[in-house]
Amino acid sequence: MDQIYEILAISLGAILANNFIFSQFLGCCPFLGVSKKVDTAVGMGIAVTFVMGLASAVCYVVNRFVLTRFGLEYMQTVAFILVIAALVQFIEMFLQKSMPSLYTALGVYLPLITTNCAVLGVVLLNVQNNYNFISSVVYGITGGLGFLLAIVLFASIRERLVFADYPKCWDGFPIALVTAGLMALAFMGFSGLKIW
Amino acid sequence: MITNIIAAVVVLGVLGAVFGLVLAIASKVFEVKKDPREEAILSHLAGANCGGCGYPGCAGCAAAILAGTAPVNACAPAGAANAAAIAEIMGQAAPSGERQVAFVRCNGGVNAKKRFDYVGVKDCMAATKVAAGPLECAFGCLGFGSCVSACQFGAMSIGPNGSAVVDPDKCTACMACAKACPRHLIVSVPVSKKVHVACANQDKGKATMSVCANSCIGCGLCQKECKKDAIHVENGVAVIDYDKCVGCKLCTKVCPRDAILPAATAEEKEKYKAIKKAQAEKAAAAKKAAEEAAAAAK
Repeated sequence: MDQIYEILAISLGAILANNFIFSQFLGCCPFLGVSKKVDTAVGMGIAVTFVMGLASAVCYVVNRFVLTRFGLEYMQTVAFILVIAALVQFIEMFLQKSMPSLYTALGVYLPLITTNCAVLGVVLLNVQNNYNFISSVVYGITGGLGFLLAIVLFASIRERLVFADYPKCWDGFPIALVTAGLMALAFMGFSGLKIW
Repeated sequence: MITNIIAAVVVLGVLGAVFGLVLAIASKVFEVKKDPREEAILSHLAGANCGGCGYPGCAGCAAAILAGTAPVNACAPAGAANAAAIAEIMGQAAPSGERQVAFVRCNGGVNAKKRFDYVGVKDCMAATKVAAGPLECAFGCLGFGSCVSACQFGAMSIGPNGSAVVDPDKCTACMACAKACPRHLIVSVPVSKKVHVACANQDKGKATMSVCANSCIGCGLCQKECKKDAIHVENGVAVIDYDKCVGCKLCTKVCPRDAILPAATAEEKEKYKAIKKAQAEKAAAAKKAAEEAAAAAK
């Protein structure tokens, strides 16, 4: 029962209250870079969710059975970067062979996430929060879903910004950054949901 | 201390080696044979990802060409030389045909009458949604520049009189502008042809005349004037047959509405009128002389 309660709390926190983008400011680069169209934003969001879930699982194993065992916790960052890069490469090859449709759907976004700080962030946070295996995976997947939610909402707003009548000098990133800031403020409202 | 360093180096080194090994094995196990021609074709496409070919990006177009579902010259921006190179890769004969450019079939602009002042979003599609657009002419260029923003090559602009114009030097005939135009005014024409009918209004002459000063009313003067049978009034608007047109510009000199571009100046028109008048007089005089000669012979 405790486990279920914890999973619920983690999910709610990762998607809304502690949203990776709006509350922890991780993964802002793809958030701003790939959010011009809803279609591509959805692709990016799904790819990030996928990789964050898998990276959480693999990094938990590496941390628990390799790093902790040899007393090398201080090497976490380096080791996790190594794991994530190899993992993404592996997934890409695997998908290309066995699921070409998913591979083409994720397209260029999959290799792009190799260096996404939200992915590294989630595995480091897993260690910091002392999550067990299941909690780690749940945190990874729901964190990715939070990213998906944020980037899709942001992309829909940016699509509508075309019709907004703002001064010319705000065109492009300035107005996008203002929008992102306002969205982050709105997500602050979810902080009341912290139930643990 | 030294054991710590060694342990770190060894563990990370082993981790890296294991991952490297796994990836090396995976690249063999999950190897997907890629046709080397695809890469070669891709290198001959324009690389602008304009979507003018109808496929998602240049890679999609290259795959379609390789699969045979797209013609070797599917990429208009790449030009004839690249199309020939792709044809060679595919083992086909090079396609013939000269470079095409886009042309806007409207020169109305400020000369077209407005039905109301449109103050909404500066977008042609949005403007046509408001009571069928602010122009009296249902075939006129609205001038809000949807084609300009659709153009990836900077070839479209809103001309001095308020309707869109194409810069043929920059145009690659990807026809993204044609897809963006809600009034379907943009067509592709051969780049060497310089005479075009800049009106698409198919209404009857009187209705057409009242909505725009630069409209084709389908009077047929150009058709009568053309020595090459290259211009015809079809559906109430003059249409040039580019296979026959030689660019003599006689039609532009007789057009009473300046609907054929490049429009002749009033001076040129007067000059041509005078020449025609002189020719007619000469012909009449010759005829008269012939008649008189015939009468005298009797």
